[in-house]
Amino acid sequence: MELVLSEDQELIAKTARDFVAERAPLSRTRELRDAGEEGAGFSDSLWKEMAEMGWVGISLPESVGGGGMGYAEMVLVMEALGRTLAPEPFLAAVLSGEALSLGGDAAQQEKWLTPLAAGESLVSLAFEEAGARWNRQHVATRAEASGEGFRIRGEKIGVLDGHAAEAFVVSARTSGDVQDAGGIDLFVVPADAPGVSRQRQIRVDSRGSALVSFDVEVPGEARIGGGGTGGELLDRVLDRATVALCGEMLGGMQQALEMTLDYMKEREQFGVRIGSFQALKHRAARLFIDVELARSTVMAAARAVDEGVGEAAALVSLAKAQCSEAYVHVADEAVQIYGGVGMTDEYDIGFFMKRARAAELTFGDGTWHRDRWARCSGY
Amino acid sequence: MPDLETFRSETRAWLQANAPASLVGVPASELEGVWGGRKWKFSSPDLKTWLDVMADKGWTAPDWPSEYGGGGLSTEECKVLRQEMAALKLPPPLIGFGLSMIGPMLVRYGTEAQKQEHLPKICRGEIRWCQGYSEPGAGSDLASLQTRAERDGEEFLINGQKIWTSYADESDWIFALVRTDTEVKKQEGITFILIDMDDPGVSVRPILLISGKSPFCETFFDDVRVPVSNVISEINNGWTVAKALLGHERSMIAGAFGGGAPSDKKSGSRLAEMARHYLGEEGERIADPVARDKVAGLEMATKAFGLTVQRSRDAAKAGHQPGPESSLFKIFATELNQQRHELMVQLMGPQGLGWEGPGFEEDEMDLTREWLRSRGNTIEGGTSEVQLNIIAKHVLGLPD
Repeated sequence: MELVLSEDQELIAKTARDFVAERAPLSRTRELRDAGEEGAGFSDSLWKEMAEMGWVGISLPESVGGGGMGYAEMVLVMEALGRTLAPEPFLAAVLSGEALSLGGDAAQQEKWLTPLAAGESLVSLAFEEAGARWNRQHVATRAEASGEGFRIRGEKIGVLDGHAAEAFVVSARTSGDVQDAGGIDLFVVPADAPGVSRQRQIRVDSRGSALVSFDVEVPGEARIGGGGTGGELLDRVLDRATVALCGEMLGGMQQALEMTLDYMKEREQFGVRIGSFQALKHRAARLFIDVELARSTVMAAARAVDEGVGEAAALVSLAKAQCSEAYVHVADEAVQIYGGVGMTDEYDIGFFMKRARAAELTFGDGTWHRDRWARCSGY
Repeated sequence: MPDLETFRSETRAWLQANAPASLVGVPASELEGVWGGRKWKFSSPDLKTWLDVMADKGWTAPDWPSEYGGGGLSTEECKVLRQEMAALKLPPPLIGFGLSMIGPMLVRYGTEAQKQEHLPKICRGEIRWCQGYSEPGAGSDLASLQTRAERDGEEFLINGQKIWTSYADESDWIFALVRTDTEVKKQEGITFILIDMDDPGVSVRPILLISGKSPFCETFFDDVRVPVSNVISEINNGWTVAKALLGHERSMIAGAFGGGAPSDKKSGSRLAEMARHYLGEEGERIADPVARDKVAGLEMATKAFGLTVQRSRDAAKAGHQPGPESSLFKIFATELNQQRHELMVQLMGPQGLGWEGPGFEEDEMDLTREWLRSRGNTIEGGTSEVQLNIIAKHVLGLPD
């Protein structure tokens, strides 16, 4: 594994950064937030454009219209998006896309994955449940054999961009108890199927998510994979989505740090620029260290997932723990260094504090990932 | 590259034929490093043999020019030599500040006469060197140093005191920064000079640290006469040489604390082993979840640091300029080492309180002393605060 960008990757990063700066600036993110529930939370037309640029399916196989690249490239796009907190539903697309890509059959991929990669139809992954925290095996939703298919009953929470999805990939238990490792399967369920209902959630970071309840009959071909192996599939899917999220977090923390440095070079108090105060300089230098370490871990985790190495799970947890703590640290310090204006809604820096916290608490926080690292390391 | 493969097989054969059998396959940690010098006592004759055969070959300093006792090897050949020595688990034949610090400066800045005089003796381990930089009044503000060198014909008359001179009591020569001009900006009146410790007027006193042992000394100069020809580079240009060497020293310190070859598996098992030993285990896991979290956090920080060092090296290999990430190595590596030692003492609990005598294992008392010693890591070689200033100014562009 080489922790350096190739020329092609440099180009992807630059293209993404330029496009996002021009077409998806932070001011647009604010407008989408201000539109509230009356808007979709993101721009459908921009989402399609991003898909046309190959970003949505960048790590999916070319056979389904993807870019045939990997997470080393995906995190570059996510980093660019993270800089302006662009709320387009990339995480939802990675989650459901990988579930369909890694576990789906040709018919399922043709029906759901190809339109997803093309930005034409959004599919969300409904896997979290109340009380599960980040336990990936906690599935109370049941799928019972019914006629030729299954009847799925259960409630899912925090379904990313579930308010805008045309279908859900839902985890449900075909056997076993609530926290058993085995006995979990994934099913594709159209959002308009009778017995599916959803409620949009309003989050602190103004990203879209939904509560979705299922009491629905699905045909046998709705099942992805089978034989109760959905838990393992979910694990692989969540690791990939975690890497993508880490890419976004890296962009967010880098941007928040740069904004804060700019502010320190402008803002004057006591007749001098506040960036000349050693008490602030040292803190800024500490943030720089946090971000640099985070960057190394994200590059390593992305490459480990792409190369399928044995230590990939541990490296993903390393990246998520490092990014969680670094992003929150940068955002907290940024608001403190901005001072009073940092607390106002008018200034953008607060957006990063909200997103840092939300991202920290998505797919496992630092503590959770340290515990996972310890398990991977045998202690 | 067929040439390189030929070199590899020849090197392997030569090492197998010439390395004393007693040194093959012994982990480096179990062997004492050979520092050389007039006062050096070899702990085994084989270590002397190993030094002599390697020095004859020029391989104590494989990348130095062969006319000065080096091996004249290319970067690739040096790498092959390192790999082949590692494969046989052979210790380095010689270590020390001559090879790692003053030697490279002489190669870069020395006159022909200086190179001929000093480099071969360094390569053969005949002369041991120490570094005279810090003074009681010049720590982080190194450029304010006051040791005076007054010109007297073709000699300098040197008076003053150096502090933190590692192993001065065992060294033969010292490379020092002295003040040769007091009328100019402080950095512009400093000269880099070589002094024979046997010269009349040089005296040394060891310093006892809080850890109970230490390599450090105070070194005094009382009317010491040194030829002007011992100046490295130009008179009053010592700061340039010093900065080059300091940068070198910081990367060495970072390397020594895990930046080199991250062997996280091994050290990870050590912390985890200690946690299991002192706090119990449940199944395979460390029983105490707080200790487990701390162990994992430290191992993860170590891994993140190792990956950052790797990123820096990979970027250099790909032909990029060194990125800003390298500026954090000294701070992070030293803090990590402190945290590791602090955690080890905490994990030991009451067993971490031993100084000497009964009731404590040797290993436990060593770790406690190492913890104390580690507190100096963020001070020596440029304090963390100075490093943070450097990042703030040169990387982040914050105003003065």
